[in-house]
This record gives sequence, structure tokens and C-alpha cells, in this order.
Amino acid sequence: MKEINDLNLPEDVKYTKDHEWAKVDGDTVTIGINDYAQDQLGEIVFVELPEEGDTFEVEDEFGSVESVKAVSELYCPISGEVVAVNEDLEDSPELVNTDCYQGGWIMKIKASDMSELDGLMDKAAYLEMLKG
Amino acid sequence: MRYLPHTKEDIESMLAVTGHSSLDELFECIPASVRLKGLLDLPEAKSEWELNEYMEEMASQNIACKDYTCFMGAGSYDHHIPAIVPYLVSRSEFATAYTPYQPEVSQGTLQGIYEFQTMVTQLTGMDIATASHYDCGTALAECALIALRKKRKLNKIAISSLVHPSHRQTVETYLNPGGYEIVEIPATEDGLTDLSALEGMDDIAGIAVQSPNFFGNIEDLSAVRAIADDKKILMIASFTESFAYGLLKTPGALGADLVAGEGQSLGISKSFGGPGLGLLAGTKKLMRDLPGRLVGKAKDAEGKDGFVLTLATREQHIRREKASSNICSNNGLNAMTAAMYMATIGKIGLRELAQQNHDKAVYLKSQLEAAGFTSVHNVPFFNEFVMKAPEGFAAKRAEMIQNKCVFAGVELGQFYPELKDHYLFCATETVTKKDIDELVKEVA
Repeated sequence: MKEINDLNLPEDVKYTKDHEWAKVDGDTVTIGINDYAQDQLGEIVFVELPEEGDTFEVEDEFGSVESVKAVSELYCPISGEVVAVNEDLEDSPELVNTDCYQGGWIMKIKASDMSELDGLMDKAAYLEMLKG
Repeated sequence: MRYLPHTKEDIESMLAVTGHSSLDELFECIPASVRLKGLLDLPEAKSEWELNEYMEEMASQNIACKDYTCFMGAGSYDHHIPAIVPYLVSRSEFATAYTPYQPEVSQGTLQGIYEFQTMVTQLTGMDIATASHYDCGTALAECALIALRKKRKLNKIAISSLVHPSHRQTVETYLNPGGYEIVEIPATEDGLTDLSALEGMDDIAGIAVQSPNFFGNIEDLSAVRAIADDKKILMIASFTESFAYGLLKTPGALGADLVAGEGQSLGISKSFGGPGLGLLAGTKKLMRDLPGRLVGKAKDAEGKDGFVLTLATREQHIRREKASSNICSNNGLNAMTAAMYMATIGKIGLRELAQQNHDKAVYLKSQLEAAGFTSVHNVPFFNEFVMKAPEGFAAKRAEMIQNKCVFAGVELGQFYPELKDHYLFCATETVTKKDIDELVKEVA
């Protein structure tokens, strides 16, 4: 497993305490799990995706990631409606391991209130949290 | 595993390890008030021969289908069981084994379950089947729970009123504590599920229909599929008589997302009503939502075929509160029996048996009509059908059970109060033309 300092944590996304990332693009937010989460889970064999049109509130469970070791729930960092899901993950769930911020994104949400993201962490704050 | 009592020497050597001088001393940690003092209040032990006589005397107070001509179905069917099936399944490797806690060392059991699963997918026309459940009712309840989990925001499930009444009760028992609601779909006068009642119902997570239904009638499953598509919800098909799918188009071919079936017909004796065998199969898409256990085929380090328990990350010992089910026992011995039965009769054998069942039921129905019974539904059926009985039949039926060793149908008023004087008749391969003719002569 990676040392904390070796983690790939980009500056242009925000982080949740449950190790998801969120990236704003206009009024949509792209969501995935971060490098720490994929590294801890190990080889990912299945991603349970939400459906387009589903609506979620902050902290709602929107899917799960299954690795050879465990199944982990995914929690939504923002309320809104799902406008896209990454269907590539149905056949290639390992994208979450190999490319968690690009090819391994999980869903895009049309946000109803962007200010809900204010409570999320930037890279520095997230690293602080990991170091405890 | 053999059940041998501990000898005095066994006990002494164990006490030597624990450091107690006697069993009484070992049990001192249990409060004296709840400890047994003296001997259990049991009668004197009997000799082998006395015991046999005693048990036979008790058993003779029961009446069993093997001594009767049985025209009753309604969820538990009288079928011939080839001698090879009980012979094989009573081998101690199968009969005495409990669930394999270290599954991969039980390759024989896993292979048997794998073959069972494979044959269930062929019988139902589905992609994947579980290692079995208690009975059709519990399998159906699990299917309902899958649909409700898939549609997280909905808490209702629509179930046909022509699903076996006991199975509907089981589903209710499973669903009620979770705050879920069951909407019952009424029946048409033809004895089919009234699918038009689903119009305008937009808040249901799934539709469950039994075919052949409790009246023996064959439902239009493709119409159920169309409604499920329209509402974007799951379609669940159940059945109580596996033999039907020796002839009928499979639920899978007709588009079911989930199938719950009763496997008792597949070589399992009625045993006064249970245990049965719950079959549960689904589409590949629902693979990770299936409850209980699944056996998969894999390769070992040397590249040889082997069998494993698979998808266990969804089972209760991995994550209890999020498990797909916390009732994960499979009905191992009965699943093994069903696998042996299906392998024994084969696909063509099942088709022949199914045809015989249907033909005999058609003959029975026509003869009963000639004897004064009234046909109630005029739709295709498999090996069961409903008849309105002429006056005096209830007494005649009771008398036949007492004196003629014949079970003439199941009274339907006990399940559907409006169907007083209506009976559900069943004919399987175990009844002969002579049996039918004799029944008809009695009741005419």
C-alpha cells in the first residue's frame, strides 16, 4: 500500500471525509473515489452505478465499490440529479484503480446548490485528515 | 461427521487438560439454580426391537401419499422418485454433512451444488441461480427484497393474488418489519392475474406473478414483462410445480428478471409438507444482488478445475448490516437431491413426464365434467385446475379419504372464501387412467 506522501491527490478536486473526490465543471459535479480509497480497497472487481435520472441528497448512498477484499458504499457529496454515469466501469472496473480521477470517474451530478461543496476539503486539509 | 458419545476415557483426558476433577466441577460456573439435578425425566431405554415397534406404531397413525391415490397438488406434488436418487443422497458424504464451513475442501459438495445451479438455470431459462433457499416462499420473499433494494425510493411490491397463499404470507412476514407494503393484484373471472389493475400504479418496485398460478392456470408472462418495461421495474416469476417447465416456455425466455421456484417435485418427497426446496435464479445483471450463496467454477494454482464459494463479499459474514440476506442457509441436501433427480431423468425425461402430467390432468378434467363437476376457468392449465363440485361432494371426499385411500382435490374455500365448494384437482404421472376412472365413478 502507498505511503501518504506518495498518494496522487490533485489540486483541482475537492475531497470528502469518505475519500470521494468532486470536481466542478459549470453546474455539474463529477464524482469518483480518490487514490487513497482505491489503494486501500485493492483490486476493484465491480462498481455498482446509480442510474441516470436518480436524485440524491448530501450523504445519500449512491452506489458501491467492490474489491476482492470488501464492498464499500459510496456517499454523495452534493444534492442533485444524476446526468451521466461512467458505463465503461461495467466492463472495466479496474479503471478506478488505474485512473481514478480521469477514466475511473463514477457519476456526474447536476447540482442544485454548489455551496454544499464548501464543506469539502482541499488537498492540504485532506492530507491533514489522513495524517490524523 | 459421526455422532459418537464421549467415552469415560475421553472425558477424563479432557478434564485433565482443563484441570477439573469432575464434570460437576467443570460446570460450576453455571448458576446452580439453572443446573440440572439428577436425571432427565425420560422413560427407560428400549431395546432396538422395542424401539422399532414403538416407532412403527407411531408412524402407522399417519397416512402417507404412497398408500393413497393423490389428486392434490397446491404447492406439494406427488411424483415418482427413481430409486437411484434416495440411494445416492443417503450416502453419508451427503446425508450427514453440514454446510461446508471450509468450503474449498468440500469439492464434492461444491461440485454437486454447482451442477444443481447449472440445471436450475436451464430449467428456468435464467443466467444465474443460487445454491438454493428453504422453499419457494422464502425465495420469493428474497426476490421481492431485491426489487425493493434496486428501487430504493419505492416501498411497495405488487403480488398476484394467485401466487400460492402460503408464499404470500411468507413474503409478508419478510417485508412487513421493513415497512414495505404489498399490493395484491386481483384475479380475473378466468382465473388469471388481472394485469389491468396495475394501470396507474406508479410507485411499485416490482411485480410478482406465479405461473402456472395457484389455480394451475398458465399466466401470460410476456404481458407482465411489457408492464415491467413500461414502469421500468423488476418482473418476478414464481412457480410451485417445476415439471411445468418441462413443457412451457421458461420464465427467462419470457423476460423475467428474477425467478422463485419450488423444487419439491424434483425428487423430494412430500414429507407431510416440508422441507421443500427454494430455487432462485436471476439475470446476469442482478448477479450481485442475489442473496445467499453461489458456487463458482475456478482454476487452482496448477490450472486444474476447482469449485469455490463466490461473490461472498455480499454475504453476512463479510458485512452483516449490508448483506444481501441474513438468511443464507441453503437447503443443501434437497438441492443435491434435485440435482440427482434432474440428472437422472434428463431433459427429455422431464418433457415426457410433463406431457404425461398435462395429458392426465386434461383427461381428469373431462371426466369430472362428465360426472357433474363444473369447469370454472377456460384457459390453458398444466397439471392442476379448479372445478365447482356438485352438492354432497365434501362429505363424499371425506369418506373417500377414510375408506378408499383417495385424496380427491384441495378445497379452495380455505384460501379464497368466495370459492366455497370449489376444488383444486391435480393429476401427476403417479395416477393411472384406472385411478381416474375409479375416482369419477365414486363421485358421480
